[in-house]
Amino acid sequence: MNVTTIEVIVSVLVLFGVILALISAFGLIRLPDVYTRSHAATKSATLGVLVTLTGAFMFFGLEEGFFSIRLVLGIVFVFLTAPVAGHLVCRAAYRSGVPLDKRTVQDDLEPILGTQEERQAENKERHRRPHS
Amino acid sequence: MKANDVILQTVTKVVSFIILSFAAYLFFAGHHDPGGGFIGGLVTASALVLLFLAFDIRTISNGIPINYRLLVGIGLAVSTVTAVGRSYDSRFSHTFEYVDFPLFGEIELATSVLFELGVVLTVVGGTLTIILSISEDV
Repeated sequence: MNVTTIEVIVSVLVLFGVILALISAFGLIRLPDVYTRSHAATKSATLGVLVTLTGAFMFFGLEEGFFSIRLVLGIVFVFLTAPVAGHLVCRAAYRSGVPLDKRTVQDDLEPILGTQEERQAENKERHRRPHS
Repeated sequence: MKANDVILQTVTKVVSFIILSFAAYLFFAGHHDPGGGFIGGLVTASALVLLFLAFDIRTISNGIPINYRLLVGIGLAVSTVTAVGRSYDSRFSHTFEYVDFPLFGEIELATSVLFELGVVLTVVGGTLTIILSISEDV
């Protein structure tokens, strides 16, 4: 069985991406609160998808001779949007008063946005009168 | 408290162009590749919905002054006219022709693209009518 160099590179890339996605899934299970979970899910899952897409792009470009602009666009798109999605999830969680892990030592946002109880109360108030 | 959405808004400004160009690609690819009017229209609508999410309805409605209910009617009219225009010899079908363009070479021009254009307008109009009427405060 003949294995070309490109096939080796592509399979290493895809395998690396899959392992990164698996690690990110373990991070989602194991980490204690929503912020650390978002940290795991955003970073490693994004890199996993990017590496897998790069592998697919190299396979189609070098092995099949088909330059897929859609894969390049997909890589750029995921790279741009996934961190923003993580940022928005974390921000919504903090502003609606989701508790940080008990081992947290410092919370620099607390003096600005209020304590956890204040944020929860404000959130409840906002839900009671949504049209204000 | 005033919301501070700089990250979302900046990324939306970049990403909406990617989504819209991908929608145009899907629309024109529909004849020979996966794509076509329906998903082209849905992807266009999703780009507009992203704009509505990142900014507010009033800003985007000022920037893109389109009546989406009217868009549904225009789309249906375009699709109907492309079918009726071909039916003078009592057939309800589409035609195509090969035309030489100076820069692009020989290109197949089909009237089904016009039909798909009507589908795009209808889908965009219908989707945004639904979403905007749900999101409005009653």
